[in-house]
Amino acid sequence: MTFRERLQSWRYNLVPDHLVGEILTKRWTDNAIPFLALVVTLATFGSIIPGFFKLSSLQESTRQLGEFSMVVTGMTVVMLGGGIDLSVGSIFALSCFSAVYVFFILEQSIWLALAASLATGLVFGAINGYLVGYLRLRAFLTTLVTFIFGRALFDILVITYAADVQLSTATSDVLDFIGDSAFWGLSVSVWLAIILAIVTHIALTRSRPGWHVLAVGGSRRSAHNAGIRVRRTVFMTYVFSGFCASIGGFLIACRLSGAGPGTGLNLEIMALTAAVVGGVSLGGGRGSVIKGLMGAIIVLTMTNGLIRLGYGTGTNQMVLGIMLAVAVTIDIRWLKNRHKVLNEVYVAPVYLKMGETQSAVPGSGTPYALDNRLSSADHIGLGELEGPEDVILDRDDNLYCGTRHGEIVRFFAPDYVRSEVFAHIGGFPLGLAFDKSGNLISCVGAMGLYSVSPEREVKRLSAETSRSWTSIVDDARLRDPNDCDIAPDGRIYFTDSTKRYDAHDWALDSIENRATGRLLVYDPRDGSTRTLLDGYRYTNGVCMAHDGKSLFFAESWACRVHRYWLEGPKAGTAECVIRDMPGYPDNINRASDGNYWMAWLGMRTPSFDLSLRHPDMRKRMTRRLPQDEWLFPNINTGGVVKFNEKGGIVEAMGDLTGGAHPMVTSMREHKGYLFVGGILNNRIGRYKIRGADPNWTSPASYWGAQP
Amino acid sequence: MAGWLNFRSLNQEGIVFAIAVVLFVAAAIGLPGFIDPNNLVAIVRSVSVLGILALGMAVVIIGRGIDLSAVAIMAMSVAWYLQLLNTGTPDGLAFAYVLAGVLAIGLLNGFLVAYADVPAIFVTLATGSFVFGYVRSQLITQDAVPVPQGHWVELLGGLRFLDVPIEVFVFAGLAFLFFLFLRYTKWGRYIYFAGDNPVAARNIGIPVRPMLVLRYVLSAFVALIAGLLTAASLHSINTRVVNSTLLYDIVLVAVIGGIGLSGGRGGVRNVLVGAALIGILLNAMTIIDIPLLYQNLIKAAILLGAIIVDGIINPRDEQTAQQGDI
Repeated sequence: MTFRERLQSWRYNLVPDHLVGEILTKRWTDNAIPFLALVVTLATFGSIIPGFFKLSSLQESTRQLGEFSMVVTGMTVVMLGGGIDLSVGSIFALSCFSAVYVFFILEQSIWLALAASLATGLVFGAINGYLVGYLRLRAFLTTLVTFIFGRALFDILVITYAADVQLSTATSDVLDFIGDSAFWGLSVSVWLAIILAIVTHIALTRSRPGWHVLAVGGSRRSAHNAGIRVRRTVFMTYVFSGFCASIGGFLIACRLSGAGPGTGLNLEIMALTAAVVGGVSLGGGRGSVIKGLMGAIIVLTMTNGLIRLGYGTGTNQMVLGIMLAVAVTIDIRWLKNRHKVLNEVYVAPVYLKMGETQSAVPGSGTPYALDNRLSSADHIGLGELEGPEDVILDRDDNLYCGTRHGEIVRFFAPDYVRSEVFAHIGGFPLGLAFDKSGNLISCVGAMGLYSVSPEREVKRLSAETSRSWTSIVDDARLRDPNDCDIAPDGRIYFTDSTKRYDAHDWALDSIENRATGRLLVYDPRDGSTRTLLDGYRYTNGVCMAHDGKSLFFAESWACRVHRYWLEGPKAGTAECVIRDMPGYPDNINRASDGNYWMAWLGMRTPSFDLSLRHPDMRKRMTRRLPQDEWLFPNINTGGVVKFNEKGGIVEAMGDLTGGAHPMVTSMREHKGYLFVGGILNNRIGRYKIRGADPNWTSPASYWGAQP
Repeated sequence: MAGWLNFRSLNQEGIVFAIAVVLFVAAAIGLPGFIDPNNLVAIVRSVSVLGILALGMAVVIIGRGIDLSAVAIMAMSVAWYLQLLNTGTPDGLAFAYVLAGVLAIGLLNGFLVAYADVPAIFVTLATGSFVFGYVRSQLITQDAVPVPQGHWVELLGGLRFLDVPIEVFVFAGLAFLFFLFLRYTKWGRYIYFAGDNPVAARNIGIPVRPMLVLRYVLSAFVALIAGLLTAASLHSINTRVVNSTLLYDIVLVAVIGGIGLSGGRGGVRNVLVGAALIGILLNAMTIIDIPLLYQNLIKAAILLGAIIVDGIINPRDEQTAQQGDI
C-alpha cells in the first residue's frame, strides 16, 4: 500500500464524517439554532444585568412570560396550520377590557368576567377564522385589518370607560389570587401557560385534530386531497389563537386590575418574532409549542433586558426588527437548503482495497469463467412482471415472486402461464422462504419481515431490532431487509443490508461502501429480533447449509461469502469461505447435488475497484455529477455460480448476450429446473439443468417429504 | 353564472370611481362647505402625501410584493435629516447621509426579498420596525423634530401656485412620471410581467431579481419625498405617525383603487381613483365631525371590505398558490 493510500484509508475510514449527515437527518437539529440563541440570550443578559436571576426579578418577568407565552402558543398553532394571526394584540387587549368591564363596571363575579373574556377571544378568533379559513383571504393582510379594527375599538372603549374603572370599588380574592400569588415559586399565569402548552403539545402531536393542523400547514393541497377538511381546520386554528390570547388578556386584567392604552401594544410583532425566532416555520407544518416557548423566552428576555439596561424608546422595535429579519431569513434559507446540504454531506465514502480476483471471462479457464447457458432459458411472465427479486416454488410446483408494486405474484403449475396476485404487502418483497407449515416468509424492502399464510393472510413478523447505543441513525428500524432463510428449529435468519440508506438507494450504499450490513435472527417463539452480526458491506443472500448447522450469507460489495455457525464448536462465529470473487453475490440457495447456487447481481470492474481506493473521488462524484453519470457497480452482466460446502467453485453460467438475464439476483432449483429472477428484470427464467435430480424440491429438502 | 361574469367585467376601478362620484355629489348636496373651492383644494392636499406613498406602494404591489416599511422610512428618514440639520451638520452632507440611508434600507428590503427569498411582508415588517427603532433610539432625541428656521423645507411648505399648495403638483407630477414609467418603459412593463407570473418572467429572461430590488428602492425614495412634503406642510415631523394607521391607509388607497394584491394588475389611474375616494371620505367624515378614533374604525371596516372584494374578484388559485404564501 502506498503512502498516499494509507493516508486516504486513515482519512476516510477513521474520521467519522458520515455522522454529520446522520445528525442533519434528525428533526431535532431544527431546534439547535433557537436553543443556542436561548442559551446565549440568557447568558448575556444574566451576566450584564446584576440580579437578573434573582427570584423577585424573575417573578415579575415570569408573570409577563405566562401571559405572553399563551399568546405565542396560539400564534404557533396558527402558523403550524400555515397561517398567521396579527390580531392577537387586539384580541388580547379587547379580552382584557371585557374582563375589566364585567368585573369593575358591571361589578359581576370574576367568573363571569372570565367568560366575557373568553367569549370575546373566541368570537374575534372565529371572525378571523371565517375570513381566512372559509373565505380564503390572505391571512397576513386580513388579520392586519382585523387588528386595526380591534385596536380602534379598544382605543375608543378605553377612553370612554377609563374613569369608571378608576372609580370602581369592586374587589375579589380570586382576582388577587390569580394576579399576585404563586405556587412553588411560579405565578398562576406561568402555571396556566405551562398547562396550556402541555395540552396543546399533546393535542398537536398525538391527536387527530392536531395532526390535521400539521397536515394542512405542511401541504394544504395534499391535505385537501387526503380528505381533511382544510377550511374548517384553518378556521379552528384561529379560534384557538383567539382563545389563547383571551386567556392572556384575562390574566393581565387580573394582574393590573385595569386596561390602559398600552395593553397589548406591539404584542403581535413580539409574538410573531417569538414564534419565528423559536423556529416555527412560516408557511406551516414545521415547529412545535416548545419552540414557540423558547422564542417567547428569548424575545421577552431581550426586550425586558434592554429596558432594564436603560436603552430608550424605540430600542425594542429595533431589536425586534433585527431578530425578526434574521430569524425569518435563517428559517427560509434553512428550509430551502437543508436537504441540499444533506445531499451534499450524507454520502461519505470509505477506502477499500479489493483483493485480486480470478477472471470470469468466457474461456479463461478459471472456475468463474462464464458461459452463455442462461440465455437459452425459457421465460415466464415476460412483460407482466416488474422486479422479481426472488423466486420460490411450493410443494405443488407453483411459482411465487415479489414485484416492484409490493405484491407477491403466484404463477400456476405446470405451464406457469396463468398468474394471480397471491398477496399484496406493499414495500418491495425481496427474499422469500417457506417455513415448515407452508407460510411464505418474505423480507420486504423498506418494511420488514412478513409472513403470508397459505390462506393469504399477511402478518408482520418484525420491523425492528434492538437499537444500538452508539449509532446516531436509528438502526433499530430495518431499512433494507434483503433475504431470509429458516433454520430447522423455525428461527428465521435474515439480512438487513444497510443502516444508512433505504432499499432503493442501494447504489449510493455501494458508492459509499461503508460496512453497515447486518445478519439478524427472528425467533417465532417469543417474537423477538436480535442482531447477530454487524459491520458487513451490504449483507445479501442467506441460505441454510444442507445439514442445518450453519448458514451461508453473501456480502455483496466485498464480493465475499461467509459461513455463520449455528451449532458446533464455532457456534455464533462467522468465517469467510469465499473471498475476492469477480462478481457481486446476491441470493444463495440450495442445489440438489448438495452444493449451493449463488446469484451474481453484477460483475466487478477494474474502474470501480480503483474508485474504491479513491474515496475523495467518489465523494466529489456524488456531489458534482448528476446521478446518471456516476460510476457504480456494473450490473449489466451477472450470472449464477454453484459452490460446494467448502467454498470451492463448481461451475458458473451467465447470459453473455445480456438479452434475457443480464442481472441475476436469485435462482431456485426445482425438479431439475433452475428458476432465475432479477430485481431489474421483466421476467423469470426457467433453465433445464443438465444432470440434476428431477425429483428434488426445495421444500422437501428443508422440511422433508410431503407429510 | 352570467350575472357573475357581468359583475366581473364591471371592474373594481369602475365601481370605486362610481362610488366616489356618488359620494362627492352626496357630500356636495348634503354637507355645507364641502363644495367650497378651499375645501376641494384641502381634499386634494390631504390625499397628496397619501397618494405619493400609494404610488410607491402600487409599484411594489403590482410586482407582487408589499412594502410595510414605507411609513417608517418616510417619517424616520426625514426626522433624521432634520435632526442632523438641527445639530449643525451641513445641509448637503446631511442630505447625502439620508439618501444613503434610504438607499440602504431599500436595497436591504429588495435583497432580502429577491435574493434570500423571504416573503416581502415579513422583510418589510421587520425593516420597518428596525428603522423606526434604530432612528428613534439612536439618532433622534424626541418624538417630533422641527424644521429649522428658514430652511428650504420650510419654504417648500409655503410655496403656492394658483393658490394650490406645492405638494399637489408634486403628486400630479410623480403620478405622471409613474404613469410613463409603468406604461411606456421596458422596465415598467417588466414589473407587470414579474407580478403576473414571476417564474414565467424569469424563464423568458427578465432580470426578475434586480427588478425586485429596484422596486423597493423606488418605494423607499418615494417615501422620502412624501416625508419631506409632510415636514414642509407641518413644519416638523412627528415620528409617532409610524404607529398610526397611515400605513394601512396607503394599502387601502392602492387596494381599493383596484390594484390586486396578487400582482400584475392596476396602474396609476387606480391609485388616483382610490385616493379620490379616500380623500372625499375622510373629508366628509371630518366635516360631519366624526372623532378620529371612529374614523379609524370606519377605515378599517372599509379596508376589510376591500380585501374581501379583492379576494372574491382575484381569488387565490389553490393549485398554483405558493406554499407559505400568506
